[in-house]
Amino acid sequence: MANVERPLSPHLQIYKWPLAMAISILHRITGVALAIGAVIMVAIFVAVASDPACYEWIRGVLASKIGKIFLFLWTIGLFLHLFNGIRHLFWDAGYGFEKSTTTKSGIWVLIATFALSIAVWGVAYYCTNV
Amino acid sequence: MAKFTLPANSVVKPGKTFKCSTGSKNIKKVTVYRFEPETGENPRTDTYEVDMDDCGPMILDILIKIKNEIDPTLSFRRSCREGICGSCSMNINGSNTLACTKAVDDYKGDLKIYPLPHMPVVKDLVADLTNFYAQYASVKPWMQSDTPPPPDRERLQSKEDREKLEGLEECILCACCSTSCPSYWWNSDRYLGPATLLQAYRWIADSRDEATGERLDELEDPFKLYRCHTIMNCTNTCPKGLNPAKAIAEIKKLIVERRG
Repeated sequence: MANVERPLSPHLQIYKWPLAMAISILHRITGVALAIGAVIMVAIFVAVASDPACYEWIRGVLASKIGKIFLFLWTIGLFLHLFNGIRHLFWDAGYGFEKSTTTKSGIWVLIATFALSIAVWGVAYYCTNV
Repeated sequence: MAKFTLPANSVVKPGKTFKCSTGSKNIKKVTVYRFEPETGENPRTDTYEVDMDDCGPMILDILIKIKNEIDPTLSFRRSCREGICGSCSMNINGSNTLACTKAVDDYKGDLKIYPLPHMPVVKDLVADLTNFYAQYASVKPWMQSDTPPPPDRERLQSKEDREKLEGLEECILCACCSTSCPSYWWNSDRYLGPATLLQAYRWIADSRDEATGERLDELEDPFKLYRCHTIMNCTNTCPKGLNPAKAIAEIKKLIVERRG
């Protein structure tokens, strides 16, 4: 037999993602996104502390269409990371490991995330337009 | 760093199609991962048209029919055909399971069959499980006790203590769970994986075993145990309905609790 190197069987290419796996990866991605968001938050504070022109500039960037899209995504990221983090706390305590429970808790994380994100932006728009 | 793509020698190429010649209307298209070590060629996927009017009800029946009647070069492991030996574990339509206990009717449409994910392939659906077994051996999966057994009988266990092993001792080491776990895909050199950790907990939970402390010492390691991020693929895929993720969580809890 020829001495060939064994190939690696397909993995991500073929694996069907269960909901829990998708949320787990989103948890990681949102974690990274929130870290970047934290840097931008610091930039806002620095701008507020330095001078009005600088603040106006950063306000302009964030209030632009693209800026708002990013802020909305960060809102989703924040709530997803928060609610899934609470789910992780239950797991760490040894609860909620049954298959049906993990699917249900995953769906609730998604529902709560979108509901809260939309609510926050609804309130923000309401307050700025009064 | 995890590598999300396949190495050059592992990229799957399109293969042959074997048409069904029986004229039956009840045809199942089955696409199977093929790798022949002798040729030095990349793996490919062959498609077989299987006459389901003349085939048993399980996925394993399809594979045996292909090997017997269509293409004798196909290789796969199988033995007990009743979900107790763990030989025929493979990836069927994107999830790991046992071919012998999975009914064809559980799937709509065509079938896609691959070996267990992210493993070295010996041939076709036969994955190399050397590392998997070595990891299992590393947790010393046998009873350790300094106390000698009573001279006139075996070591007894109360019903309550025996119940703690339910859902653990049924594991058949088919490797479906470990090879479904992304953490195991990226770190199988150092992370023990769900199957081995469930087996480790099986001995930690055994009232007759006296090496719990040493076992926990061995597992308290950033890679061996703590690469588990509760992704839950193991529990979702286990063909025996066991819960490796919960067993791993119990180990983590015991390590926290003994710190006091």
